[in-house]
Amino acid sequence: MTLLSFKGGVHPPEKKLTKNAEIKTAPLPQKVVVFMLQHAGAPAKPIVQVGQQVKTGQVIGEPQGTISAYVHSPITGTVTSVSKINSPVHGMAVEAITIERSSDDDWELLPAVDYERASREELLDVVKKAGIVGLGGAMFPTHVKFAPPKPVDTLIINGAECEPYLTIDHRVMLERSDEILLGIEITKKILGVKSVYIGIEYNKKDAIDLLEKKWAGKVQVVPLRTKYPQGAEKQLINAITGKEVPSGGLPSDIGIVVQNVSTMLAIKQAIVDRKPLIERGMTLSGECVKENGNWWVRIGTPISWIIENLGKGFVEGIEEVKVLMGGPMMGIPVSSLDTPLLKGNNGITVIQEQERISTNCIRCSYCVFACPMNLQPYLLDLLSRKKRYDEAAAIGLLDCIECGSCSYSCPANVEHVKSIKLAKKVYKALRGGKK
Amino acid sequence: MKLLTTSAPHVRTQDSTRKIMIDVLIALIPAVIASTYFFGLYALILAIIGVVSAELVELFIMRVLKKDKEFVPNGSAAVTGLLLALNVSVATPWWVLLIGVFFAIAIVKHVFGGLGQNTFNPALAGRVFLLVSFPSAMTTWYSPINKFFGVYPADIQTTATPLAVLKLQGFESAKSFSYIDLFFGNRGGSLGETSIILLLLGFSYLVVRGRIKVMVPASYIGSVLLFSWIFYMVDPSKYGSPLFHVLTGGLMLGALFMATDMVTSPMTIKGQAIFGVGCGLLTMVIRYFGGYPEGVSLSIIIMNALVPLIDRYTQPRIFGRRVA
Repeated sequence: MTLLSFKGGVHPPEKKLTKNAEIKTAPLPQKVVVFMLQHAGAPAKPIVQVGQQVKTGQVIGEPQGTISAYVHSPITGTVTSVSKINSPVHGMAVEAITIERSSDDDWELLPAVDYERASREELLDVVKKAGIVGLGGAMFPTHVKFAPPKPVDTLIINGAECEPYLTIDHRVMLERSDEILLGIEITKKILGVKSVYIGIEYNKKDAIDLLEKKWAGKVQVVPLRTKYPQGAEKQLINAITGKEVPSGGLPSDIGIVVQNVSTMLAIKQAIVDRKPLIERGMTLSGECVKENGNWWVRIGTPISWIIENLGKGFVEGIEEVKVLMGGPMMGIPVSSLDTPLLKGNNGITVIQEQERISTNCIRCSYCVFACPMNLQPYLLDLLSRKKRYDEAAAIGLLDCIECGSCSYSCPANVEHVKSIKLAKKVYKALRGGKK
Repeated sequence: MKLLTTSAPHVRTQDSTRKIMIDVLIALIPAVIASTYFFGLYALILAIIGVVSAELVELFIMRVLKKDKEFVPNGSAAVTGLLLALNVSVATPWWVLLIGVFFAIAIVKHVFGGLGQNTFNPALAGRVFLLVSFPSAMTTWYSPINKFFGVYPADIQTTATPLAVLKLQGFESAKSFSYIDLFFGNRGGSLGETSIILLLLGFSYLVVRGRIKVMVPASYIGSVLLFSWIFYMVDPSKYGSPLFHVLTGGLMLGALFMATDMVTSPMTIKGQAIFGVGCGLLTMVIRYFGGYPEGVSLSIIIMNALVPLIDRYTQPRIFGRRVA
């Protein structure tokens, strides 16, 4: 059987340690810290005061502007602070609401809607009110993605999960396939698309077999080669349809919308169960945490609590550790264990630092062949470090998807992605966001 | 518990520059064995002198540059030294090789910025330097003695290489070299260049290990076959058959191990193809019309100089962009 894929990429050790671990529901944490910016776009505006009682599912942050999202209280309790804390994802202080839990869940549910009879607009409104964002990691507000600027005819569900260690999408597909299918039906209705594909890497053969059987005739299951970054939006589209998203464009430019499997589950939970996005599935894994597993965890739960209570602490005898939001390829290392779980965190990976000493590029061209965007990472790195941003932009600086395949494959440990990420920021700032 | 926040990706390949260089050294072992068999003990001594002196010169340079504290030997100098040793005649005095190694490492490599920064292949530049400085030692060839660790008798006769015979006497005389002998390496020539089969053996190891820009030798050897075939059709008695051209001289050693040097060859497949064809064309022009019977070193050096230009004009189409 020939498996579909894209050109380039790498194959890091898969380390899917938790692929057989059923998702368990975590106990409720005593305290949560909820960022007002857990999505791409403008931060939400806090609408609660210190001392105020809040219910589970109650809106505590309202969107500002078009690209923004609602934020809800993940637990029932009292607001103890509204202040700015450092967000590792955004690299700056962001407004956050701290809530101490006072009792078990006392729900405030979303407005009821009959998904079979409701109009597209009514459904879209509930998706927006549920605060749903892309759960694969990019955290783009889903209601915005559901109103694409151009008509779309194809929906692609992302079940690739190409990051090492992470298994939550895999488990969700195995355990909650009926609910995901319901989410897909609702999404189809909102988007008005005809064809639906789901792309799954071949290392999740059990999920492929299950969904092919259960979803026959409804969703086209596409087995994909196990290769990183198979789950990157552009590479996934390319693997399944053979099409390329135009440079600087959106999938909707070629009539496609991509959604993560976990997002589909969140849609179902919002529309059918009337629950806003206050909980998500995540993988806790890595060699430096005692117990690995898959968990349903409330958004805003501090990572320290997750590691202590769900992972039962760090492995003894380790002095230095990397705690990553996400997997080891694109995950963001946290500088404080007080950092809470965000809507987009599909996993917490706790690993040791691998020794890396950058030496001279020997022009082996491994990065050129690893780059899934067909860029020349060695040259982008060089131009970025020499601050020749315009030249870097001319050879595709802004096309880089920051997947890290170049640095992964580099025998000289050149930090391409690091310098490219910085150069992108500086270039955008210098050009005022204009092309 | 200390939290580390170094940049992504947080897992890296187990590969390293040193592992690549060690693979290249392993791939050259068959050629060293061949040279020891065909040209005796002194060939092995030259190979060892090349490897050891190259590493020592590099350490010396690092000390002079005050970089020796953080410098970890990665074997790249050893590769240069070994390649240079395989590129000289058995008639070369050991101190001539030392001068060549010093020139290759100190001037060609480190003056340009060290590992990865040099425009020219250090071993080839070293060879060309020796060729113009010690023309007699570098172009005196002996017949093989076909005995491991053998020693040449004092009254040994020199011999002509197949390409020299072709150049001076035409293809009819050069036919005295059988293709079998040429393939296994039973002929006069540079120490490491003669045994085609053992060079191919080492090369296949590099291919299996993914250590080589395969397009370079493919287009190089392919273009040599093509150009020599065209000339062979025009005048078979003068120009020699395509197979003869591929099996003789330094073509195989050059195409498989010198032109493919990572630092001094292009980064894209298209660029590598252009580079290889350029090498092939120049090699044949020198062989047919130049003053030297052999042109592999010079043509690769000339193409090395063009690599930045080739890289610039062979950039691949970026994903999602139309062909510019």
